[in-house]
Amino acid sequence: MKRLRVAAATLACVLVFLSVAGSLAPRFDYSRQDREHIGSAPSPGHWLGTDDLGRDRFARLLHGTRVSLLLAPAAAVVSMLLAFAIGAVPGFAGGFAERAAKTAIDLVLSIPWLFLLLIVRAMLPLNTSPGTSVTITFLVLGLLGWAAPARILLARARSMRQAEFIILARSTGIAPYRLLCRHVMPNLRPVLLAHFWISVPIFILSEANLSILGLGVAEPLPSLGSLLRELETVLSLRTDIWRFAPLVMLVMIVSSLQIAVSKQEVPS
Amino acid sequence: MNRRSFSLVVCLVLIAFLNTAVCLDELRFYLRSEPKSFNPLTVADDSSETVRYLTGGVLLRLNRETQKLQPELASSWTVSKDGRTITFVLRPSIFFSDGTPFTAQDVKYTMDQLMNPELHSPTGDSFRTSNGKVECTVLGPDKIAIHFPAPVAGLEGLFDQVAILSSQSPKKEMAVLGPYYVSDYKPGSFVYLRKNPNYWKRDSWGRQLPYISAVKLEVQSNRDIELMKFSRGEIQLINDLDADYFDRLSTLSPAMVHDAGASLDFEQMWLNQVQTAPIPAYKRQWFSSRNFRRAISSAINRDDLCKVVYNGHARPAVGPVSPANKFWFNSHLQAIPFDQKAALRLLQQDGFQLAAGKLRDRDGHVVEFSIVTNAGNRARERTATMVQQDLRSIGIAVNVVTLDFPSLIQRITQDFNYEAVLLGLVNVELDPNEQMNVWLSSSETHPWNPKQKVPATPWEAEIDRLMRAQASSMDEQARKKYFDKVQEIVADQAPLIYLVNKNALTGISPSVEGAKSVVLRPQTYWNIEYLKLAVERASNGK
Repeated sequence: MKRLRVAAATLACVLVFLSVAGSLAPRFDYSRQDREHIGSAPSPGHWLGTDDLGRDRFARLLHGTRVSLLLAPAAAVVSMLLAFAIGAVPGFAGGFAERAAKTAIDLVLSIPWLFLLLIVRAMLPLNTSPGTSVTITFLVLGLLGWAAPARILLARARSMRQAEFIILARSTGIAPYRLLCRHVMPNLRPVLLAHFWISVPIFILSEANLSILGLGVAEPLPSLGSLLRELETVLSLRTDIWRFAPLVMLVMIVSSLQIAVSKQEVPS
Repeated sequence: MNRRSFSLVVCLVLIAFLNTAVCLDELRFYLRSEPKSFNPLTVADDSSETVRYLTGGVLLRLNRETQKLQPELASSWTVSKDGRTITFVLRPSIFFSDGTPFTAQDVKYTMDQLMNPELHSPTGDSFRTSNGKVECTVLGPDKIAIHFPAPVAGLEGLFDQVAILSSQSPKKEMAVLGPYYVSDYKPGSFVYLRKNPNYWKRDSWGRQLPYISAVKLEVQSNRDIELMKFSRGEIQLINDLDADYFDRLSTLSPAMVHDAGASLDFEQMWLNQVQTAPIPAYKRQWFSSRNFRRAISSAINRDDLCKVVYNGHARPAVGPVSPANKFWFNSHLQAIPFDQKAALRLLQQDGFQLAAGKLRDRDGHVVEFSIVTNAGNRARERTATMVQQDLRSIGIAVNVVTLDFPSLIQRITQDFNYEAVLLGLVNVELDPNEQMNVWLSSSETHPWNPKQKVPATPWEAEIDRLMRAQASSMDEQARKKYFDKVQEIVADQAPLIYLVNKNALTGISPSVEGAKSVVLRPQTYWNIEYLKLAVERASNGK
């Protein structure tokens, strides 16, 4: 098991390093359109072929991975922090705070995201650069994605309130902040991590879907989500197998990272 | 087996065969949305138009192949010299699908209904060129004169859209004079049309038309499903194929797809020239400059757009009329050359300077603007990305923004909060009168600067004058001369930057005999009466 984790961690590091280092290399220009070679198969000049506009798929994969790997986990961190603050803390405190948090969570879960995102798009200037646009998109996803994990964290924290180890800790006169950090947080970590790893691919795919509202990654900047959108038009696995590279990349990174950090989840 | 049993078996087999034969004789294709109305006078969407075309009987029909008008329910017609009166002589002994006789009273009833302002008929709007009442005089059971308060240019052509209603039938608009009638309708699922038993047209052998007994129009918006069903032979026709789908089908069976050449449809972009638009004043100044607009136009590689985005199934556009519009196209217009050096020269005339890969205006502002287009249209998104790359070559930074369609329309018609827009224009009619709303500066849909109280520029004033002149003239050649001039002004000023004319791409199953793909809508079933289905075609029945 340890070897598997080491291998997974190594693979994840290599992929992340490749995407960051490779995307900085001038050879891999993600926006240059080679209009004489559109939709071409892999070749020495284009390792994963070219897309419908003649852009190098490999360069776009490197840049897209970098963009998504930087921003999707960041959005997931924002989301988990909010979920902990709005779900776990009031859940553990109980009383009015718990009731208020429950109301807030229900309210956020019942808001139709689509309209909210339309308002966000309307407020954004049209001349937002692609980089700013994608950052705002992931920030919005992070700010809106906390409610579901917050509800679970709230329930878990409430159940811990009367746990023996908490009562014991309280009886020793421990400060509330220390109680939260030393006893509550470690017990909620598996839930937080599970939601974190679920959120990362969800945010990557959500970003792709948001492009329909004018949010998300703007051309010519790629992201894993926008590259995955191209799979909608894949005709057959047999002839266009290289077009699945973004999907393979996403699965490899997320699963290897999950395996690499899975130690904490196994109870001793 | 005795003789009686044998006869019974033979009878059963015959009945089964006949039943199957009826099902075999059924044409199927998809409507991409639910028809909003079965009343032919209130048709405003493509699906309703399809039903109207297949069921409605008209006095005159525009032949989609020759682009000439031909008599239908009217055997002849004359337009008065002042262009205010049209007189029709009707064919005798024609009956509606329910058996009600067709007379001049029905034409009068239809026109009265059509011009009723409370009906808000889009078809009727085409006849409303001035205030005043349209009056019909019945000159006999088979002769009628229709008087208009003012001359209507291209009057006869408008009757291609007017399906005649029965003034007597209890079935009202469901009694029709066209080749089919609506036999069954399941909302959200299908419209089933059966052959009109009283249809008046006969073929050269004297057999009653149409040949095909029934048409099943299923409601299906998913293009992939449409493609799959078509390739399996479960539907027989596809109008308006995308270039990608066309090539995909072409690899399966080249005989099933047809490229009829440049259609009437455009892809175009324009720059916001609304004086009150919430954009910086210096940008408004760029967009109002003829040189700037022409430079943008010259810097776009239209040949590449045709090749890359439409896989060669498009033609570089030269002006506001497609070459497919045989009469109204101004053949003297020159193709817009892709010349980025010429574009930079034009920009330099206005004080723009290219330095370090960035274009700046004479006040030092970096030239940057956004192009909005509707999300989900892959061809348009790709076009915008290619325009972005082309303009980057002359130092202009373009941000491509895709918006949902309602937001986009809100921005370009209400808020004017945009800089440039890339959209398509679907042209259904050949006559320039149908484009009055685009060209008149006072129009609400004048794209680049709508609702002007007085024309903002001399050339817009000239376009207004020419469009009004052509609309009031009865002389076709004079009208052509006026509209040619409009096309020249538009090509010179480039308020609309025409990019490509998409080709009319269609799918027609080899089992459909007599079908001929044309550029005008409906491209595949325009001669529906004469279409036949090969007997060996597989069928799933209704």
